[in-house]
Amino acid sequence: MLKLKNILKIFNEGTVDEKIALSDVNLELAHGDFVTIIGSNGAGKSTLMNIISGVLLPDEGYVEIDGNKVDHLKEYQRAPMIGRVFQDPMAGTSPTMTIEENLAMAYARDKKRGLRLGVNQKRRQMFREHLESLHLGLENRLTAKVGLLSGGERQALSLLMATFTEPKVLLLDEHTAALDPARAQLITNLTKEIVEQHHLTTLMVTHNMQQALDLGNRLIMMDKGQIILDVSEEEKKDLTIEKLLSEFERLRGEKFASDRAILG
Amino acid sequence: MFQSFIGSLEAGIIFAIMALGVYITFRILNFPDLTVDGSFATGGAVAATMIVAGYSPFVGTLSAFLLGLVVGSITGILHTKGKINPLLSGILSMIALYSINLRIMGRANVPLLGQDTLIDRMESFFSHLFSSNYVLLITMALFVLIIKLIVDWFLDTEIGLAMRATGDNPRMIRSFSTNTDNTIILGLALSNGLVALSGSLWAQYQGFADVSMGIGMIIVGLASVIIGEAVFGDRTVRRATIAVIGGAIIYRLVIAIALRVGLDPSDMKLMTALIVIFALVAPRITASLREKKRKSDRRKSGSASVEG
Repeated sequence: MLKLKNILKIFNEGTVDEKIALSDVNLELAHGDFVTIIGSNGAGKSTLMNIISGVLLPDEGYVEIDGNKVDHLKEYQRAPMIGRVFQDPMAGTSPTMTIEENLAMAYARDKKRGLRLGVNQKRRQMFREHLESLHLGLENRLTAKVGLLSGGERQALSLLMATFTEPKVLLLDEHTAALDPARAQLITNLTKEIVEQHHLTTLMVTHNMQQALDLGNRLIMMDKGQIILDVSEEEKKDLTIEKLLSEFERLRGEKFASDRAILG
Repeated sequence: MFQSFIGSLEAGIIFAIMALGVYITFRILNFPDLTVDGSFATGGAVAATMIVAGYSPFVGTLSAFLLGLVVGSITGILHTKGKINPLLSGILSMIALYSINLRIMGRANVPLLGQDTLIDRMESFFSHLFSSNYVLLITMALFVLIIKLIVDWFLDTEIGLAMRATGDNPRMIRSFSTNTDNTIILGLALSNGLVALSGSLWAQYQGFADVSMGIGMIIVGLASVIIGEAVFGDRTVRRATIAVIGGAIIYRLVIAIALRVGLDPSDMKLMTALIVIFALVAPRITASLREKKRKSDRRKSGSASVEG
């Protein structure tokens, strides 16, 4: 479903600030794979997300979605195929617009936008049903402005908006990192529910190792722009944080260093 | 006195169309577009020149609107494709339009005395239906309301929603497959189309087009938007668009009163700038005063409880 081949990305090439963000990254996800990605700061996780979504173009290599190369497509042209939730709860929604208007924009993702009304009775009913699946009571607040929602509510809405049109690939970029633990847990549970329900091919970056172990059927560890560990579903079942850390030490000959990695 | 009051209302309604255009760029797209000063005069220039050349005033007015669309999209292209800063793109268009407007008119001023204008047509058509001193006022009010309803409807369509999100959270709407370059260009086009339409009606209303008739229009538009939102509220788009129309009318009335009190017409631009400055600064000052009062109240009640 998603394939990355020999991806190379260098920032500020030829200057003193030159940084190899990704070097020779190869990754292939089958339909319905749910892959969690962990790695220390600067490992290239976010760059990887930006390369897939088309915010950045790779210097070498290519990205394939559903068997088609997408390198010539800009971000907005890939967007019909890719759902994305950002770390910042403010990033995924439009604050001055209402809940139903936000959903209408997400609904139009894989359709050609025209002069039809964004919200009509039929769509409103559909939006309401989808919102019910979040169990937050948002279905009763369709005309509330999204700017009035809490961070957790906004992130839940972002998650719904990114997924309910069933994109071919779902990218989750530390989407629980900015929330308090209770809210983060809520969003984590919703993520699991929604991904399973729609069988979405998902790539999730996280700093929370426990989350990376709990979710998904495959785990990838990145360091210094490379994928250094790829754990399959079978091996992942009896993986623990301790094993993961010692595996990192064995591979890299140094301790896993991240000021933000959460062990618990 | 009363006649000049009606005159101010009529003028306010014509300017309201321009203010709706400014609302689209300033509030919806979050793009301070200075093209307005040029495109307002372009509208007047095109309509006046075509009417004098013998075209129907309908054709002249429609052409003004269409040229406004083109002018707006050029500013949009300068910004999105040329990566020029929003303010500068608008200023460049505005300056270029000054020369273009002179080219269109061939001279600095085109009088419309004795010409058949759209304003005359409206007045005579509707005075068959009902006779009143307010025929023009009512007709213009209906016309502006129709434009408002069209703008409201458009901003609720799928494209309109994408345009609103472009001003609000461009990164988000790009991740929902919208090319924000296109929504910005479209928004600027619509906005300047309305501004040029307003300019063409204003030229026909006052009986001449002048190359300098657009000077300061962006500030008049901003004043209308800000006054309207402050007086009538802006909770929803529907509310904001009617507020902007109200703001434009209030603005004209304030100007009329200022003139009546004895201010010089040439001081009006200064007046307008002061109104906008006041409207922008006043909310902050009142907010900080309220905050201070709240704190001192708390201190007082706090010390009272210590004493008690």
